[in-house]
Amino acid sequence: MILEGPVNVLKIDLESSSWKLEEREDLVGWLGGVGVATQLFMEEAAWDKPPLAPEQPIIFAIGPFSGIYPLATKVVAVFRSPLTEEWGESYAGMRAAIALRFAGYDAVVIKGKAPRPTYLVIDEKGVAFKDARGVWGLDTEETGRLLREFEGGRGRRSIWRIGPAGENLVPLAGVNVDTYRHFGRLGLGALLGSKNLKALVVLGNRSYPIKNPTAYNRVYEKIYRAVVGTPLLSKYHYIGTAENILALNAQGSLPTLNLKASRFEKAEEVSGERFGRESLFRILACAGCPLGCIHVGVYRRPHPKGAGYISTTLAYDYEPIYALGPMLGLDAVDKVYALLREVEASGLDVISTGVVLAWATEALERGVVSEKETLVPLRFGAVESYIQATQYLAQPPNDFYRALGRGLRYATRIYGGEDFALILGGHEMAGYHTGYAFLLGQSVGARHSHLCNAGYSFDQTRKGDYTPEELVQYLLEEEAWRNVLNSLVICLFARKAYTPEVTAEALQALGRETDPQELMILGRKILRQKWEAKKRLGYTLDQIPLPPRRYFETPSGQGLLDPETYAALLKLYREKFASFLNA
Amino acid sequence: MARAIRVKDPDRCIGCYSCMLACARLVHRSHSLTKSAIRVQTRGGLQSKWGIDVCRACPDAPCAEACPTGALTPRAGGGVIWRRNKCSRCGNCANACVLRVIHFDEEGYPIICLYCGHCARFCPQEVIVWEEIGP
Repeated sequence: MILEGPVNVLKIDLESSSWKLEEREDLVGWLGGVGVATQLFMEEAAWDKPPLAPEQPIIFAIGPFSGIYPLATKVVAVFRSPLTEEWGESYAGMRAAIALRFAGYDAVVIKGKAPRPTYLVIDEKGVAFKDARGVWGLDTEETGRLLREFEGGRGRRSIWRIGPAGENLVPLAGVNVDTYRHFGRLGLGALLGSKNLKALVVLGNRSYPIKNPTAYNRVYEKIYRAVVGTPLLSKYHYIGTAENILALNAQGSLPTLNLKASRFEKAEEVSGERFGRESLFRILACAGCPLGCIHVGVYRRPHPKGAGYISTTLAYDYEPIYALGPMLGLDAVDKVYALLREVEASGLDVISTGVVLAWATEALERGVVSEKETLVPLRFGAVESYIQATQYLAQPPNDFYRALGRGLRYATRIYGGEDFALILGGHEMAGYHTGYAFLLGQSVGARHSHLCNAGYSFDQTRKGDYTPEELVQYLLEEEAWRNVLNSLVICLFARKAYTPEVTAEALQALGRETDPQELMILGRKILRQKWEAKKRLGYTLDQIPLPPRRYFETPSGQGLLDPETYAALLKLYREKFASFLNA
Repeated sequence: MARAIRVKDPDRCIGCYSCMLACARLVHRSHSLTKSAIRVQTRGGLQSKWGIDVCRACPDAPCAEACPTGALTPRAGGGVIWRRNKCSRCGNCANACVLRVIHFDEEGYPIICLYCGHCARFCPQEVIVWEEIGP
């Protein structure tokens, strides 16, 4: 589907090693991406089954802009999250979207459990089911290397794979994409593991004629120049997202040492600028993004036996540095890299890993748990223990790590320590202690990500100068609009270039009649569908607990937050929510 | 003066594929990664550097020399001119190309660089430049 013709849905059954292609006219109105994936989830979900039941679907989707316009570089995955047990939605870039586009599929639905470890090759001819027994147990890097050697399509393929964490059904496991990107956060890796699915190799050589070159080329160039030619987005290229370390630290919004503080004394030592100076090796882009925000550094260290030096390349961004650096008190570029290398190889989500280890460290300090549970003397700043603990998260040797790998909501039910567990919406926090809009935004956003509605951005730009109504209205409208962008599926770094007007113009140039107003209505409609799914999975706005006490003990970028103000904002959000969605 | 594409600074390549997409979009009127006279690929995994393969506009073009139908003829200053109506799709040009940069579209026609410079215009890093090469 490039707006003409039906949505091509590739349905794969791992149990019978079979696949079929469905051409779905009825899905065209949902645009693509998360709009289409949500509809498919409504059809395919096993509502009464646990997240890792073989019947549960994994749905991947791209949108009408994928491979067609600049920065439409993401694939969305929708699934029942093994971490929160409700709505799972995750995005990955690099070559994922362009590979799926030129393989010829708008969406992929995977169900069932393969009888033995398997990897899939998806191309324009269909699906090949390949034996992955020899690959099972290997880390994400070695898996990638082997599949690159086994399969064709160099330069045009995308390889999505899990590491030991996913194989061991750890709900903190993600899926590594093309070495440097990930489907992170909500446990997609465990879902692949539960299906005996080690990896997917997606590639394609299709071409599609351009229907209206004059209009399309004009809009393409307009967006391209807006992205590369203006300072609007250059920050993502130069220092990268890691520039946020110093920015958030200066604002007092950088969660540090399990949020005992919101400034990190050693922020300078792990700043994006420092990573760049000491380690930057190259900058990469997702296919179709002229910007390039992926900063790859060299982690160079002495050979363990003294035989010179060895090195590994790793991608750094704000979130990995936040979660493994300030959060755990690791105060040097190489310490962050040492731990990041372990997280990447095992295929864990980096934010959750940092946050659960920070909680475990404080729990040990306070005697909530003992070394009998943690097995290693976890201590802020001590990288060796964290490396060992990360291996334990991926391959749990005891009940404690098994519980911790299910996230803090689960672990605190067993061990206590809720007051200092950095959970929002059942999920470990992203790195923004910016104020109420972040706190509320991550709790109520559909996927409990800071990216659902960008509350952190509201906190940072408004600096406390707003009415409660304005805050709530912002969260609602931003999330609704992002459902349009996530249906297209663009990288949200380009959100300022893809205004409703430009987006409508870009769609018109591809032959779809629409206008900004219609798109905004569609955004609400998609959000409504998502909430229908969330409700059926057991989530309601009425049951949101107050965020743990720690959020109200440590000053945010807006100063000390007050639980009563938060509760009033949540109440207002609840009141406005239904009327907003149905308007 | 004839112009051609030169890979000036591959170390600056970020792998965005904007050049390939520009060739497909503006020359071949296609959404495509393969209908492009320019190929960017890794030398084996994203840890490696990028290789950027373009027509080098050889002064005494071996592809034209190998063309039995006169579809490919040498261009003044280097490189070739391709005429679709004379092309028999024999594939000799690709076999003769020393740099192996000639690929085929789905109908079997070779994808030959026009030296139009669109790819360079869309390179955000000035990896590829479009410059004068001779008379």
